[in-house]
Amino acid sequence: MKETLIIAGFGGQGVLSMGKILAYSGVMQDFEVTWMPSYGPEMRGGTANVTVILSDRKISSPIAYEYDTAIILNQQSLDKFEAKIRPGGTLIYDTNGITHHPARTDIHIYAINATEESAKLGNSKLFNTMILGGYLKVCPVVTLENVKLGLKKSLPERAWKMLPENEKAILHGAEIIRQVR
Amino acid sequence: MAQQQEVKLMKGNEVIAHAAIRFGCDAYFGYPITPQSEVMETLMELKPWETTGMVVLQAESEISSINMVYGAAATGKRVMTSSSSPGISLMAEGISYIAGAELPCLIVNCQRGGPGLGTIQPSQGDYFQACKGGGHGDYHLIVLAPYSVQEMHDFVELGFELAFKYRNPAMILADGAIGQMMEKVVLAPQQSRMSEEEIASRYGSWATYGKPADRARNVVTSLEMQPEMMERNNLRMGAKYRLIEENEVRYEAIGCDDADYVLVAFGSSARICSATVEMARAEGLRVGLLRPITLYPFPMQPIAELAKRVKGFLSVELNAGQMVEDVRLAVNGVAPVAHYGRQGGMIYTPDEVLTALKQKLIKA
Repeated sequence: MKETLIIAGFGGQGVLSMGKILAYSGVMQDFEVTWMPSYGPEMRGGTANVTVILSDRKISSPIAYEYDTAIILNQQSLDKFEAKIRPGGTLIYDTNGITHHPARTDIHIYAINATEESAKLGNSKLFNTMILGGYLKVCPVVTLENVKLGLKKSLPERAWKMLPENEKAILHGAEIIRQVR
Repeated sequence: MAQQQEVKLMKGNEVIAHAAIRFGCDAYFGYPITPQSEVMETLMELKPWETTGMVVLQAESEISSINMVYGAAATGKRVMTSSSSPGISLMAEGISYIAGAELPCLIVNCQRGGPGLGTIQPSQGDYFQACKGGGHGDYHLIVLAPYSVQEMHDFVELGFELAFKYRNPAMILADGAIGQMMEKVVLAPQQSRMSEEEIASRYGSWATYGKPADRARNVVTSLEMQPEMMERNNLRMGAKYRLIEENEVRYEAIGCDDADYVLVAFGSSARICSATVEMARAEGLRVGLLRPITLYPFPMQPIAELAKRVKGFLSVELNAGQMVEDVRLAVNGVAPVAHYGRQGGMIYTPDEVLTALKQKLIKA
């Protein structure tokens, strides 16, 4: 098993922390993991992305040249990374603000509107865990139990009171994701 | 024993901080700079002054940091600093003084692109600075090149060990990629800091921890006004460097036994190249990777041995071609040597390296 994943969007959408939750979930499942962020201008309001690799054997390069899966959270990232998904791979995107939808026909494409759904729940901070839930529905690389453990591990203790809400958001994300092609 | 099994997910920079505390470091002096700021941030969060008694101090500049390291190292303590490329340039004078005074310390350089302020993205453009000088005068740092988060941890211990063994500053030459990346790491159990008595018994011949009545005073200086005496100092240091070159070369050879072509790469480049080796072998090309772990001392002999039977070397570095000069010295004209690099914070992918290998060596 090897899953090479990119999560890309705006700074502040929880891109890096979603990657961290997934990486920690991988640790809980005894996978080798790497979490390679873009850093710098991204943290200051631009686009942000993180490459997460989960594997059952040693990971050679933490830098990827094509992705099994891309989780795309804004138009700029869609424009940049759609072409870098391997044929047969998976694209998951949040439809909010997307004007030019993905065009490729050789990959699996899923859409999720977590921006709207998390706003409906009254907590836009649940956006990224909702997306994560959608991803795990489509690509169940780690078990829900290990995701719960990973979520707890990646949050500081003061944020543990948020765990139940985030777990609900994961389940909700799994429900609302839909296949486009 | 449970502590030994502690598997964490951490950034390379965070691990430097944890390792420093766990390996009994006495003091850290630093100044923030991207992409290594998490070293001091993590130390400040962990507050080791409340547990092990380790001092953590943010100085007013890199120049102050390195001179605080100089002063503290003179007392026989385990002291360190960290920075990124422009900050290391500011430290160059102090590093030369520490090497000249023959003091042990650990310096971490989490490289970014240069010259000047350059960029904050990863680079390996400080190979020359780390291995060939940086500061003035005939000196060498012991230079370790980690290629994983685990090695960031392990090389803190190794760096201190070698620094004290040879009374010489050691450098961990990482880069923005290794510093910012998170991977699994197993942290060592907490070791205690060295006691005053241990320092006195081990380093009493040179350290300035307070002069007991029964011995002459120790003097720590890099200054020697008499040329005859200074040359003697230079020769003594030279003999030490030869000893380091003979005894401390570390490298990893991956798939080199049957290789027709060998990639030479360190740090994050070596990680990328290890994927290139897998891709090349899947295509039936016999490609190996020689990864220097110590950049000084450089693995001259292993490369010279390989040169007798391979068809060429590609030195793969995130710079304009620096380590390739040492590869050429080692190969000494026996086999073709080429360089492939990216700069400015751009990073090659494994397939890009394979394409470069084909273009520069295999088709040639």
